[in-house]
Order: sequence, then C-alpha cells, then structure tokens
Amino acid sequence: MAPTIRPRSVLPGFGLSLGFTLAYLGLIVLIPLSAAFLKIAGMSWHDFVAAVASPRVVASYRLSFGVSLAAALVNAFFGFIVAWVLVRYTFPGRRIVDALVDLPFALPTAVAGIALTAIYAKNGWVGQWLDPLWVRGVGRLAAFVPWIDWKSWLGGTIAFDRPGIFIALTFIGLPFVVRTLQPVLIELEPELEEAAATLGANRWQTMTRVILPEVFPAMLTGFALAFARAIGEYGSVVFIAGNQPAHSEITPLIIITKLEQYDYRGATAVAVVMLVASFFLLFAINLLQKWSRRFSAV
Amino acid sequence: MEPPLFRRLTVSAVTTAPFPVKRAPTRAAGPRVVRNPVWVRVLFMTLALGFVGIFLVLPLVAVFGEALRKGLGAYFKAFADSDARSAIRLTLTAAAIAVPSNLAFGIAASWCIAKFNFRGKSLLTTLIDLPFAVSPVISGLIYVLVFGAQGWLGPYLGAGDHPCFGEWFNQQDIKIIFAVPGIVLATIFVTFPFVARELIPLMQAQGSDEEYAALTLGANGWQTFWHVTLPNIKWGLFYGVILCNARAMGEFGAVSVVSGHIRGETNTMPLHIEILYNEYNFVAAFAVSSLLAMLGLVTLVLKSFIEWRHQRVRPANVTA
Repeated sequence: MAPTIRPRSVLPGFGLSLGFTLAYLGLIVLIPLSAAFLKIAGMSWHDFVAAVASPRVVASYRLSFGVSLAAALVNAFFGFIVAWVLVRYTFPGRRIVDALVDLPFALPTAVAGIALTAIYAKNGWVGQWLDPLWVRGVGRLAAFVPWIDWKSWLGGTIAFDRPGIFIALTFIGLPFVVRTLQPVLIELEPELEEAAATLGANRWQTMTRVILPEVFPAMLTGFALAFARAIGEYGSVVFIAGNQPAHSEITPLIIITKLEQYDYRGATAVAVVMLVASFFLLFAINLLQKWSRRFSAV
Repeated sequence: MEPPLFRRLTVSAVTTAPFPVKRAPTRAAGPRVVRNPVWVRVLFMTLALGFVGIFLVLPLVAVFGEALRKGLGAYFKAFADSDARSAIRLTLTAAAIAVPSNLAFGIAASWCIAKFNFRGKSLLTTLIDLPFAVSPVISGLIYVLVFGAQGWLGPYLGAGDHPCFGEWFNQQDIKIIFAVPGIVLATIFVTFPFVARELIPLMQAQGSDEEYAALTLGANGWQTFWHVTLPNIKWGLFYGVILCNARAMGEFGAVSVVSGHIRGETNTMPLHIEILYNEYNFVAAFAVSSLLAMLGLVTLVLKSFIEWRHQRVRPANVTA
C-alpha cells in the first residue's frame, strides 16, 4: 500500500472522486448519524436507562427480537427449499418464480403491509378461513397446557396481533435467504454427491451429511440478514400488528410514538440501542461471510 | 471461478463473490444417483411453490383485487383527488432528486475505490453500506435531530436575527423537517448505497487495462470515462438505478418521520396510502398502491432482463 494518501497511478480523477465521495458520505450519512450519539451523550445515565429500559420498551425489544427470530428461522427453512427448487429443478415458469423472489425488495413496505392485512384480517381473503382455525387451535393448546398463557403469546387473532407481525416479517426476509443460497447451490459440484453415492450413502445421508454442511454458512448468513432486516422493519408491520402497547408494539414503533410525543431524547436513546444492536449484527454477518467464503473457496 | 482482486470487506452483504457467476445448467436430468426420489421432488416443489404462492403472489394479487373491488370507476376516482395527484408529484420529485444524486455519488465512489489503492479503502467501502444497516425509522430520526426545531441547525433555519449570518439569510424561513427538503434527504439516505454497491465490484472485476490503453492513445480523463468506462459499466449502472428508484419511490418509514403528513403538501404516495387506509377508504388506498405495485413489477422485469443478459445470479442486498 502506498505510504502517501495519493496513490501512484496514471489514471486521473482520484482527488476529485475521493473528495466528492467523502464530502457526500459525511454530509448525508456520518454527520446525521453522529447526531444521534451526541444527543444521548447529553443525557444522564439515569435518564438513559429510564428511557431504554422501561417495561413497555423492554416488551418491544422482546417482541421485535423474538418474532424476527421466528420469521428468520422459517425463512431459512423455506428459503433453502425455494433456492433448491430454483437451482435444481426445471419447470415451466421457473424464471417467473425466480424473479418473484425479489418482490419484497421491489414492493413498497406500506403496500405490502395493507395487502397482507387485507388477506389475513378476519373478513379477509385467507383470514376468513384461517382466523377461526387459529383461534380454535390456540384455544385447544390453552386447554391442554393451561400453565402457559398461549393467547398472549400466540395472539387472539391473526391480523392485528402477533401472528400478523410474524407474517409481515417472513414476507420481508425471504429474498435474503434465497439470494444468499442460490450462488452456493449453483457452485456445488455434482462430483461431491456422486462420490457420496458411490461410497454407499443414500439420498437422505447425502442431503444431510454432504449438502447441508456445505451450504450451512450461507444459510446462516441469509438467516442473519433476514433477521437484521426484520428488526428494523416498520412499514409492513404497523398496518397488520394492531400495535397494542406492551403486547404487539415493535421497537421502531416505540421510536415513532416517542417522537410524536416530542420526547426526542427518549426516541434517540431507543434508536441508539437499536443502532448498536444492528451494528453488532452486521459485524457478525461480516464474520459469517468471511467464514462461508473460506468454505466455498476451492 | 477466478479469485477476485480485492475481497470486499463490508459490514453488510455482498454475500458471496461480487462477480458475475455463470449459471450452471440445471441438473435435474443428471445421473440417477444424484437425484432425489420422485416423492421428495414433488414435496420440495409443493413446499416451494406453495410458500412463494402464499407469501409473494397472494399479496400482489390482493393489491389489484382490492383496488378493483368496486370496479374501474371507483379505481380511477382515486386518482382524480388533488391530494393523490400532489402525492404522486412529490414522490416523483423526491426520486428525481435522490436517484441522480446517488448516481453521481455511486460513480465517484466506485471510481476512487475500484481504480486506486489508498489507505482506509476497506473502511470507506464499509461506511458506504452503513445506511442499509439502519432502520428506516432511525434514518428519519437523525435528520430531525439535525434540522428539527430543537436540532443542531433548527434554530438558525427559521427567520430571525442570527448574528453570524447576513441579512438576506436571516429573512429566509427555511423549512427542512416537515417539508419537502427533509423528505428528499431521508430518501437520499435510505437509497444511498444502491448504485455504489453495484458499481464497485463491477469496476473492480473489469480492472483498469482499457482505461490505461485509452490514456496511452491520448484520451484525457473525461474522454476515458465517457468512451471507455461508462460503456463498460452501463448495465450495472442501470441495474443500480432501477433498484435505487424502486426504493426511493416506495420508502415509508424514514419519510414518515420527517414528513409531518400535511395533505397535499408533504405526503408522498406511501404516506397518502397510509392516510387513505386509516380513513377506511380502502379502494383508494389500494388503487394508489397498485401504481406502486406496478412500479415494483416493472422493476422486477427490468432486473430479470439485465440478469438474463448477463447470466448472473444476484447476491442479496441488505435493505434493512
């Protein structure tokens, strides 16, 4: 690496492009982000804890993390199957399904939110059938295992309660898992499976002992990406969540609520907790990616 | 696959090699030993298509179904409303400013990162991806902290007697938060990395040999860029721009924080949808949504077209 800031290269435009890049990055991203950290630097420790650890806020962390985790897990499972089917099988309309996987990136979150609500509400497209089933199922569970408050955990209805949040976060997270797994599955050499078969493994053994370990780092990365996205998600969730305080209120909504009450410090304190959490998560994702590259580097 | 020149060190996610990956031929028709039994294939297909159908296709169909529930007349009536029109206009304005700004930034950033070696390059690459790691709500909040009435610059922006500024500046009543500039800024923030993260790996993969050749033949810097670099990166550029545009027009959380929700003035299309929906005006809400859904579909079609042209599989974007 060159000892000076100016690299030796015959190509022009280094100073101009770097200067513009740094100025733009600083003005749009770094200075505004530092405003959040400076804002809480002016708070006393007591006020900070009071803002970020009040029961209602803690309930929102548990809900956001818990439901995001559940949605990311479901995405990891179904994402693997979708990626497998897209890479390995030929069927009419495969290209269309492949393109549709990116829909959650392309469809605005507010649109997704109201569409999912229209589907899963009590009188909705699917909700009119599924909602009574759900209510009955939760009732059965409560009858069999009465010492757990199932209705509060799993929600009394699908839309406007916790299951709705889960559905919205699953919708948002799917492409992350599929798009991380697809290149890895494509690169997977058929020789591996053939070798396993010659050595006497049946398909189940090949799938679980050869293919799954090979794609596991990518699966974990996709899972972590879906999880990270789900924690910060706002638009698609607020319409379907019901937003009952301390029950179905996600953390980003807490920030909005505090802002609407002109509690800028409280809002910023919660935001900083979320920022730190997502920076940690992305650091972990970065390590995961290095790990999965080491595995996939041949 | 060739080992790339520079591995990107990013906090977020160019998930695997950021390089065009040749799509291997589908191997369903491979030797019998590496195929799953028929019942497994049927099960996998059913699960995959069922999941895609329920979670992706159904919401899309629901948008158009709900929009047309009361017929075409009611559908088009939603756009006759002057608030709806001003929302559409504002969304187009915000995207028309945000996308070119981030395009210029993306080109500058990828030029200095891909063509030169300097200290702190990997840190810079990491910082460019930072906005994807931030919740949309927080993206809006930070601008309120800078420009809001109680923010850093807020007190100086309104009309008043500020000793350090000139008379002309003091007479201006500049509004950023709860006004159009704030909406534009928040949109720029959430779509910040899109173009840069497409171009950096692309330009790194292409190397600088063609630029060197152009310079040797007597071209100046701008000529080299216009006639050599730009034609090479045009598809990557277009790809980044359509993704950036889709997000810019559809952003909800960040814009919601800075907009102030003044009807006919600071409502973008997603915010207008929220208002209509909360007023139980479902047909109008879904009608406006259907426009954004069509934009999403066009984005997907263009995206697939570019991928098909270049036969590559895209790594996931972090859009958190």
